[in-house]
Amino acid sequence: MTSTSALDPSIAVSGMKRKSAHALMPSVSPKLIAGLSIAGAIILFGLIIPLFVSNPTKVDNIGLSAPAAGHILGTTQTGQDLFGQLAYATRGSLIIGFLVGIIAMILSGFFGIVGAYAGGWLDEAFSLFTNVMLVIPGLPLVIIISAYVPQKSLLILAGVLAITSWAGGARVLRSVTLSLRNRDYVAASRVSGEKTWRILLVEILPNLVPILASQFVFAIIFAILGEAGLSFLGLGASGSLTWGTMLFFAQNGLSLRLGAWWWFVPPGLLIALFGAALSLINFSIDEIINPKLRDQTRSARKKWQLSKSELKKLELEDVR
Amino acid sequence: MTRRHDSDPVLTIENFSVDYLGERTVHAVKNVTLSLGRGEILGLAGESGCGKSTLAYGVARLLKLPGMVTSGTAEFHSREGQTIDLRALAGEDLRAFRWNKMSMVFQGAMNSLNPVINIRAQMEDIFTTHRPEIDKDERRKLCGDLLERVGVDRSRLRSFPHELSGGMRQRVMIAMAMALGPQVMIMDEPTTALDVVVQREILREITRLREELGFAAIFITHDLPLLLEISDRIAVMKDGEIVELGDAVELYANPKHDYTKRLLASFPSLTGKRGDFIRSGLPTGLLDVDAVVPVDVVARQKRGGSDA
Amino acid sequence: MSTLEFRNVVKKYHLRGGWRGTTLTAVNDVSFTLEAGKTIALVGQSGSGKSTIAKLLLQLERPTSGQILFDGKTVPRHGRGAREYRDHVQMVFQDPFASLNPFHSIEHHLARPLILHGKAKGRAEVQAGVRRLLERVRLEPVDDVAQRRPHELSGGQRQRVAIARALAPEPSVLIADEPVSMLDVSIRLGILNLLATLQREENLGVLYITHDLATARHFSDEILVMYRGEIVERGPSDDVILNPQHPYTKLLAEAAPNPERRLAR
Repeated sequence: MTSTSALDPSIAVSGMKRKSAHALMPSVSPKLIAGLSIAGAIILFGLIIPLFVSNPTKVDNIGLSAPAAGHILGTTQTGQDLFGQLAYATRGSLIIGFLVGIIAMILSGFFGIVGAYAGGWLDEAFSLFTNVMLVIPGLPLVIIISAYVPQKSLLILAGVLAITSWAGGARVLRSVTLSLRNRDYVAASRVSGEKTWRILLVEILPNLVPILASQFVFAIIFAILGEAGLSFLGLGASGSLTWGTMLFFAQNGLSLRLGAWWWFVPPGLLIALFGAALSLINFSIDEIINPKLRDQTRSARKKWQLSKSELKKLELEDVR
Repeated sequence: MTRRHDSDPVLTIENFSVDYLGERTVHAVKNVTLSLGRGEILGLAGESGCGKSTLAYGVARLLKLPGMVTSGTAEFHSREGQTIDLRALAGEDLRAFRWNKMSMVFQGAMNSLNPVINIRAQMEDIFTTHRPEIDKDERRKLCGDLLERVGVDRSRLRSFPHELSGGMRQRVMIAMAMALGPQVMIMDEPTTALDVVVQREILREITRLREELGFAAIFITHDLPLLLEISDRIAVMKDGEIVELGDAVELYANPKHDYTKRLLASFPSLTGKRGDFIRSGLPTGLLDVDAVVPVDVVARQKRGGSDA
Repeated sequence: MSTLEFRNVVKKYHLRGGWRGTTLTAVNDVSFTLEAGKTIALVGQSGSGKSTIAKLLLQLERPTSGQILFDGKTVPRHGRGAREYRDHVQMVFQDPFASLNPFHSIEHHLARPLILHGKAKGRAEVQAGVRRLLERVRLEPVDDVAQRRPHELSGGQRQRVAIARALAPEPSVLIADEPVSMLDVSIRLGILNLLATLQREENLGVLYITHDLATARHFSDEILVMYRGEIVERGPSDDVILNPQHPYTKLLAEAAPNPERRLAR
């Protein structure tokens, strides 16, 4: 007994198709494909190329040189091959991005979800802690920590970035968990006598997956941009190679003044591209969380098979 | 009070169809033809998904994409003898028509009031938009009169929506819909979320106001016994089509379509013999549907075919 | 014979607001007894306290004062006594869309209570148990329905799953909190008939909570009318509806839509 009849005019129509866990997967759209391909290409670049390039910091007598055969992206002022450097830098930034994403997700998950479900004083305590962490200004905190730990490894930098970024996500997770906790099916599980940890894991967590995924992706973007900014200021992991440190060295090597675009453009471009790709992926995830967004995009409208003039006429009348 | 829908209609809808566009087009309203007599209350009955709200929104030009009117006409015949094609209205004409000649009380109307503006401001908004010539004092007095007409004390003009009960908010919505003296009011489930006691009061107001002001109304709801009490005629909708349309008393006494019989059989009689439905004498076999998922529907799905 | 007794129960909520806040008395000295084989209807409008009573019976809330007794003994909140109570008292929730977790299959929803209440062990037994439950609520074909997810079923079918879930621990008392108010009109009586059939077959005690007088009369032996946390009238269904004593009951009966009135005009 299925029906595809329309409901209220305000609810988008969806057919009762047979879907399993794929109900939770983002619908394949040009946005998602573009985002995944760009991000995928950059990740592959960062993982595979370093296997072929031995030492990106090997100096050479060439000095600053433009792209040519032998050095696809030219060299730094100490003759280091920039193509190899870029590959290693990609790997470095990706490591930071994913590390921060994971640590932040664990922290925000713990303080947001567990506190909200437990309720009572635990919820109050976690919530207070989250709010305090939210209010502490991130950049000054990072600068102070950086001042105390001048020799930073990627791991420490990732930790610092994660500590200053988990609080916002925790608040969101807390409010969603609070609303989920009062849903009837959670009450039904409690009435059945399910243990608390099982309810959290089996009933509540699956419904939080889209939000967690979105926060994870966002944390990666934040981490990469944050690291780039910090490194550019000289507060980053100066011993390692990341996009940010490349920009730092490019700045120190006066690349802009000397017009050596092959030094600072590639890392900057990759930061922008990767950030954009991840944002596209995030928009697709948003569509799962809020199905109403699906009908508003241009590609969705294309499916309606209306001529341009018909569409324009209808849009003018649209009650928004 | 003329209620002849055939000889003196205020609204004629002919072959009206509405589709929802998408990967699979959904025909929400299919070739609906009906007319509304001047001063008549027409009940539009049906369950969720039958298209009754979509029809109302379509006629009132409130459909949002992906909903689209694909065919048919809707014509408004004003008291002065003018015929207005509702689908052709645009721009200033549409604005002048809306609320003046035809107004609507929406489903969940209690949440349609702006929570941060008080009642008076929202009601005065109607007059400043449509009757700018009325001066401030006169406007204020009119708003107070309107409220009293629906049974709400004039002093509540100063209140904010959250300070009023659900029933009062609904009355305010009805007052606002009546403000410009429209000839047609479309009410989409106006009492569904209310207590049965409050519902009874609101219905009394509506019938009383109809007697006083002579507007015609399309009353949309799934509550058939309610319609049977207050409507002149009733249209039963299922899957986008009107399956039965007739005088309310006649429909109750002699339902013709199976679906109408089934709906009537879904309401137990309050005061009749215990065990009887609202309309006694209907076969109880009508109730044994829904439980089983028909095997052929399942098989059809597995084959990947479209379902009805 | 199982008896569930609600004795002089009071439930107050303290609402936060400003410095002191206010106290809301949701349930005010309510007493009733639910016996096996009988259906009692708890009728009231929103805000009358009927849903709070359901939560109290399920131990989702604790009474401010008064007692809840099962078979004459006070129901403990923890430990074996509480588990046994949960074996015997189950609930069907109002919203068929919210009472099932959209992430899990129907099989999961029915298997968990079977396992938790020790009615089945091991994959084969559990699967057989799930299928038996689906057959009892007449959702067929059982194998197909078991693997579906809630959004693949209609509202009425979901409610049948909710009823099956409540039956899994083989309870002796079933609390149905507005079980059909969110369903389409034409399938409501089907679901209520199912509940009535199951009640007869299992000799259950059923507490039917609703705002609809007509179905309350149709399906229950006794009606309790609630207003603002108190029971204002009680008695056999026909008496209460056809011969109401309390002014509020009279108001309710008069307010309900009744086409017969029009024909009488």
